[in-house]
Amino acid sequence: MSDTSHEGLHVPGYVRDHDTHPPLDYPLYKSTSLRHPQRPLTLLPHMLTEITSPVLGEDRVVGDDHDLTRQHDGEAQGQRIIVHGQVRDSDGRPVPHTLVEIWQANAGGRYRHAADNWPAPLDPHFTGVGRVITDDQGRYRFVTIRPGAYPWKNHQNAWRPAHIHFSLFGRAFTQRLVTQMYFPDDPLFFQDPMWQSVPDEKASERMLARFDYDTTEPEWALSYRWDIVLRGREQTPFESEEEVLEDDE
Amino acid sequence: MSTHPTTPSQTVGPYLHIGLPWPDGPFAVARDTPGAVWLRGTVHDGAGAPVTDALIETWQADPEGRFDHPDDPRGAKNLPGFRGFGRCPTDDTGSYAILTLKPGPVPGPTGDQAPHVDVSVFARGMLHRVVTRLYFPEEESANAQDPVLNAIEDPRARATLIAHREDDGYRLDIHLQGEDETVFFDI
Repeated sequence: MSDTSHEGLHVPGYVRDHDTHPPLDYPLYKSTSLRHPQRPLTLLPHMLTEITSPVLGEDRVVGDDHDLTRQHDGEAQGQRIIVHGQVRDSDGRPVPHTLVEIWQANAGGRYRHAADNWPAPLDPHFTGVGRVITDDQGRYRFVTIRPGAYPWKNHQNAWRPAHIHFSLFGRAFTQRLVTQMYFPDDPLFFQDPMWQSVPDEKASERMLARFDYDTTEPEWALSYRWDIVLRGREQTPFESEEEVLEDDE
Repeated sequence: MSTHPTTPSQTVGPYLHIGLPWPDGPFAVARDTPGAVWLRGTVHDGAGAPVTDALIETWQADPEGRFDHPDDPRGAKNLPGFRGFGRCPTDDTGSYAILTLKPGPVPGPTGDQAPHVDVSVFARGMLHRVVTRLYFPEEESANAQDPVLNAIEDPRARATLIAHREDDGYRLDIHLQGEDETVFFDI
């Protein structure tokens, strides 16, 4: 796993998955224009700081953090749903005991946020924030309300498809991922620059949950399954990274 | 080999504040910890305006250059009270502040890396995070040997990674775009 035979310390890095992700400069999403670097990124070989990350345990999660419908005295409004799945790496290995954070709009498409003031009602019984730690098989499960679509000002008559924001740590700094989960058959994808920004259609589809009848709770909640894949380990990291670093000078 | 394609990144959007900040996020160590320093800075966009809806995250070794993590081949080492991780949303002036301990040197493939902090920036208008590193101004000789700094030829670009000393810590302003653009890494 490590090679300390010379004076340095070599550690295996993580696969680079550029093809999966949207570009930082994406003119259809207008706010990117002043917020993307214009110089090429500098290659950072993966060393100890990049292959480690904080160990965030159960102390980051309290009470009803997994059930967004029960965080208040009254019942949250809207369609109750289960959102569950497995966090794995690109080698197919589960990512156990890692923090998953979510935030979302309510059933009417409004966030409990001071900057969101479009005329849809707030729900006094819904905050829209959840946290769980994955189990020893990398599995997570939330109970929540199906979020609504909402308008924004990116372009004429712009609407965001319904989505849930996800934040994941994995077990390495390189695996950190913030993304959004979408629902199947949403009619708004065609005009949504976030959805469209992912260069490969197959990759966009990996942001789609699937309806999961088997795990619905009868007379209680519908269910969606969404598996998340973080970057896995490289096979032969050592020499190649040193060469790349030198070539980059 | 890699068999399962990864999940794409998406922006944190304008409403990250309901989900991501933690009350103790800016405190990688508790307020009264001996030797604690503030890492501060302002995030600017390509027009020079402060970015008031960003989130900064930091990750670093402890003062001995150790990590509390099983993949460190030297073994995991826990320094009680030290999380190594900081998280702070920018305020209405675009500024962040994280209280931590200065890291020690960390072994690398060609000898020690200079003390450094890995920094992620997330924001509306960014479909993926950007990553940079914070280095320390008083570590001139260690910085001169650092493989990451030495891979950057342009001295002005290299200088964007070196923090400035302040009374109670260090300052690293981050420029997402433009003349003073910070060096960001492909990780």
